[in-house]
Amino acid sequence: MKRTAPMFQDYLRPDKRFPSVWCPGCGNGVVLGCILRAIHALDIPRDKVALISGIGCSGRMPVYADFNTLHTTHGRALAFATGLKLARPDLYVIVVMGDGDAMAIGGNHFIHTCRRNVNLTAIVVNNRIYGMTGGQCSPTTPSDLIASTATYGNIDQPIDICHLAALAGAAFVGRSTVYHVRELEKIITKGLDKKGLAVIEAVSNCHTYYGRLNKIGRATDMFKWMKEETAPITVVPEKRKGKITRGIFMDKDTVGFIQHYEQLVEKAIKNMEMLRQWKKKRLGPDINAKKAQVANNT
Amino acid sequence: MGLKLKSKPISELEYIKWDPEKVVYAFSQGNETCAESAVLAGCDFFGGYPITPSSEIAEVLSRRMPQEGRVFVQMEDEIASMASIIGASLGGARTMTATSGPGFSLMQENLGYAITTEIPCVIVNVQRLGPSTGGPTSPSQSDYMQVKWGTHGDHPIIALSPSTIQEVMELTIVSFDFAERYRTPVILLMDEVTGHMREKVGYPRQEDISIFTRSNELPESGDYKPYDLSVKSGVPPLISFGEGVRYHVTGLIHDEYGFPTRNRKEIRDWYDRIYRKIDNGLDRILRYDLYNLEDADTVIISFGISARTGLEAMIQARKKGRKVGMVKLLTLVPLPEEMLKEVIANVDRVIIPEMNRGQLILDIERLNKKGIDIIPVNRYDGEIISPGDVLDAIGGC
Repeated sequence: MKRTAPMFQDYLRPDKRFPSVWCPGCGNGVVLGCILRAIHALDIPRDKVALISGIGCSGRMPVYADFNTLHTTHGRALAFATGLKLARPDLYVIVVMGDGDAMAIGGNHFIHTCRRNVNLTAIVVNNRIYGMTGGQCSPTTPSDLIASTATYGNIDQPIDICHLAALAGAAFVGRSTVYHVRELEKIITKGLDKKGLAVIEAVSNCHTYYGRLNKIGRATDMFKWMKEETAPITVVPEKRKGKITRGIFMDKDTVGFIQHYEQLVEKAIKNMEMLRQWKKKRLGPDINAKKAQVANNT
Repeated sequence: MGLKLKSKPISELEYIKWDPEKVVYAFSQGNETCAESAVLAGCDFFGGYPITPSSEIAEVLSRRMPQEGRVFVQMEDEIASMASIIGASLGGARTMTATSGPGFSLMQENLGYAITTEIPCVIVNVQRLGPSTGGPTSPSQSDYMQVKWGTHGDHPIIALSPSTIQEVMELTIVSFDFAERYRTPVILLMDEVTGHMREKVGYPRQEDISIFTRSNELPESGDYKPYDLSVKSGVPPLISFGEGVRYHVTGLIHDEYGFPTRNRKEIRDWYDRIYRKIDNGLDRILRYDLYNLEDADTVIISFGISARTGLEAMIQARKKGRKVGMVKLLTLVPLPEEMLKEVIANVDRVIIPEMNRGQLILDIERLNKKGIDIIPVNRYDGEIISPGDVLDAIGGC
């Protein structure tokens, strides 16, 4: 694995689309940085990477990266990615989604992509709120917290992205935060190298809405919050109580959907051959001549 | 009087080289035929979700696609089906999905995405009664307007409608050609009857079919513009992902390079181009069969299974000495307006049988500058229109 820092301009489109749409201090840039370093570490050529996103702040990420980039519809990124990956298994397909994108409107696609265990890397940037549209409540907004559509406090329970992914069948599930940059980068690198679906939750900050509405403070305060309110999976459970756990929750050896499909193709071709031989035995050697004869008679 | 118009049959396109020695005949159902024809047309990827009355297409392809080493995937819903075929198409595959009304409604979101990003794909809609769950096994032709305007925003689209199983076969192949040639989703608008009816069909061999194929050639300048405005035809060549050109695709209104834009000129030019590319192709896109127009004073205009009814009514009326002609529309969207205008200008009345409460008639009325009688024959009770219904409209038979 290469540990040298990448030349970012090699992976970005600096002459075209900067400055970014993100607020100063936003975690999206950190996630993008981690993705680029992971790609660099694994030495994947840019032509072989497809970066796909949904709608939201994280959805704008592909614009800045010099890969095959696809900015899809809200919540549907994984379904687009499934199609692309099946058509081009040689591509590394990375999907970036937000929490609202992946868990609310795209919740069903998320579950079924996990179930199929498609060979993709799915990164969910979880800032616990809809940032781009103005701080509305999302499926990961904690109970009682304030959002612009939960002005009296959120009465819903938040969903645990990693738990859901592991239960639904993803081969690899991990979580880190945009404060723990090296850790996040390491998890993404592992995920990229995984056969089957890798789901990585990147806990991020939206100080503009989440931080302000819930009086957590500015970007730096939110980074401090990520440092203090999370704990690695390696520490004893008592020390993790009430905190967000970071680390790898699932890492199983699977072949993934692509290989399963290849096996199915082999089976189908074999069956077809068997059928052909059976027909040959039953109908005699020249089936086509017989068919033509039948056709002429009709 | 005396129309000199000529039919524009599918055969004129010459996508299929018919070799009488090599044709294989089958007694085949519409949905099965559609699936087999997709395989013949080189469909590499099918993503779908079961729905009556289109499910046989998915069933047949789940068996056939792996045999050919191609991809069949059953997605979690029609939204995902549509997304998956767009993703696969961007990866270089010829792609198709099949559905019916409720599923087609779910597809509208990503159908708009395919139009905006100009990614080729084929969507088969085997119509049933609607709205909502409607009548799953009842035939209908009530999605005509949805095909045109189902997804939001100004957009052109191509829709083809077969009335016989042979036409199902040929139009399926044409759909794949039009999709790639004009970089647009193409809708094959069938109905429950053309989906489930069985008829004799002649199949060509795969090697006798030649349709438009993406070249994936990089431009000499090395400057690839996936949405180039300067291309005369209005269709910039599409290069698949992973072929060595890294570019951006977005559902946002974009510039020539595919990046989001809010430049008013770029926005306007983009809209004008996506309409222009269809307009430029009208000569090829517009397909219709004309019958007995030379001396006709009454003309039946219809599509799909109702065109079969119309033809039968025409034959019976002719036997009674009535001067009835027939226009069978194979291309529904865009409508062959010039031809229809000429027909309307030269006859006394037009009869429009359709299995809905009157959708195609709205577009025909728009062309009726002369103010001739336009008589609807509608049926929307889940049964097909009988020739008698049309003969009643003709009158005196």
